[in-house]
Amino acid sequence: MTPLINPAILFFASIFTSNILLSNFLGMCSFISISKDWKSSFGLGLAVTFVLTITAAVSWVVLHFVIAPLGLEYLSFIVFIIVIAAVVQILEMIIDRASPALYMSLGIFLPLITVNCAILGAILFMQIRNYNFIQSVLFAAGSGIGWWLAILLLAAIRERIDKNPVPAGLKGAGITLITIGFMAMAFIGFSGMIAVQ
Amino acid sequence: MNSFLTGPLVTAGLAAFLALIISVLDRIVNNYGEVTMDINAGKRNYKVRGGSPLLGTLAAEGIFVPSACGGRGSCGACKVKVLSDVGPHLPTETPYLTPDELKQNVRLSCQIKLKKDIEIELPEELFSVKKFKSKVASIKNVTHDIKEVLFKLENPDSIEFLAGQYVQIVVPPYGNFKESVQRAYSMSSRPGDNGQVELLVRLVPGGIATTWVHQFLKEGDSVELVGPFGDFHVRETPATMVCVAGGSGMAPFKSMLYHMHEEGAHPDKDIWYFFGARSGRDMFYLDELRALEKKMPRFHFVAALSEPSPEDNWTGDTGLITDVLERYIKEKIDASKGLEGYLCGSPGMINACTTVMTRNNIALEKIYYDKFA
Repeated sequence: MTPLINPAILFFASIFTSNILLSNFLGMCSFISISKDWKSSFGLGLAVTFVLTITAAVSWVVLHFVIAPLGLEYLSFIVFIIVIAAVVQILEMIIDRASPALYMSLGIFLPLITVNCAILGAILFMQIRNYNFIQSVLFAAGSGIGWWLAILLLAAIRERIDKNPVPAGLKGAGITLITIGFMAMAFIGFSGMIAVQ
Repeated sequence: MNSFLTGPLVTAGLAAFLALIISVLDRIVNNYGEVTMDINAGKRNYKVRGGSPLLGTLAAEGIFVPSACGGRGSCGACKVKVLSDVGPHLPTETPYLTPDELKQNVRLSCQIKLKKDIEIELPEELFSVKKFKSKVASIKNVTHDIKEVLFKLENPDSIEFLAGQYVQIVVPPYGNFKESVQRAYSMSSRPGDNGQVELLVRLVPGGIATTWVHQFLKEGDSVELVGPFGDFHVRETPATMVCVAGGSGMAPFKSMLYHMHEEGAHPDKDIWYFFGARSGRDMFYLDELRALEKKMPRFHFVAALSEPSPEDNWTGDTGLITDVLERYIKEKIDASKGLEGYLCGSPGMINACTTVMTRNNIALEKIYYDKFA
């Protein structure tokens, strides 16, 4: 049964109140490793948003027209992973041809995204929460933008941290994880405002 | 029965369908039609199919840019200066390029895809680089971990090179390695003996090419060699050569020494050759080089063991090759005609010897070595 949540509210909720990264802690590894640099963070965030929206739409179609009618829900993990990998590959080829400028900013991040758990996570949320097509696409776009927002915030904070004295033992990953903890606590302030289920 | 089958079938069908879309799209999207490659301002012109990396496209036209990794972007050897615009440097290229090279738009030819007409600059000597079909004529163990491999050239059947240059062995896929790679080895055969190529290959544990040579290669096997490459050769000056090698670094010096002896090349150059090994079982060609020393008055051979074992009965020099080298430069070598350094060995050895040589007044620009080790 489809939940009755308004797609527009769902979109807003997935950016702020249930941020895929800071509330659900998905997509952490690239979040931590790429956020050293603002420009790369921007590119990766853009790529995640882009790929997440498109894979969610494709996966929804596959889920509702192939997997569900045949009763193969237990295979959804494998199928979604295959779909994500294929879509990323196709997108990479098309972008390479159509827009070299966009390829330069997105290109190297696309293969990374295949294994970004935020993508698979958002698609699995879409499945277990029974979203309809519009809800799925907006939820995925919102999750992507939320992830983008989070990595840009962290990148900006890390650029400021770099200019300040950090105790030797906390340099690098240590101070980054503490920072992410504070950011997540700030985002907890939003939680419960909107139920996304 | 039914449900057992539907799961795998649907997954496989879906994967096949997506793979089909990808390969069809690849045909359409990656088709860049015919593009022109202009090399050295119009000297050479090729019409080729676009869509592939520059390195492979050049190789298909018979121009072999040196590459040790076979185009995976992990060796940084295949540098080419590109004059036309092919977009900014990729993050996969920048780690291998110096700031100067970045400024001159030097690119890794395996990383840039040919999408439109391109203008590039290549050193002239690359055009004499060829791919040779050869047969393994013999494989000999010269130490417990170094093999001397002799290749008989078949097509083309002779090679023109300078003593000290190297070739690349094309290692075909074997065992767990699914991709062909190329590895550089200095030729130890003489340029005058141009129907064959001899290489010295030391077994490096885990090394793709060395494991293949040591464990898979047999006499009579067909092997492809690409070359000659490299800037390591005897300089046309009267200065005395101070050569230092360890292990399979023997190869280029064997070639140079026998070339100078057989053909009387560089007659006014004196040669000091320092060869370092750990113990007796790592030492080789000792008798041959001692015999050559007797026949060539201008050649002085110094072999040193750093950790001789009692059964070696070693009477020569002992100690690290760098210490032996420094002692000889200070006490025995006549520097009146000037000194030139020639090094071949591990990067660690090359760095250590460079330090010793510069400390003893051999200018850095007069110290020569190949950086592929």
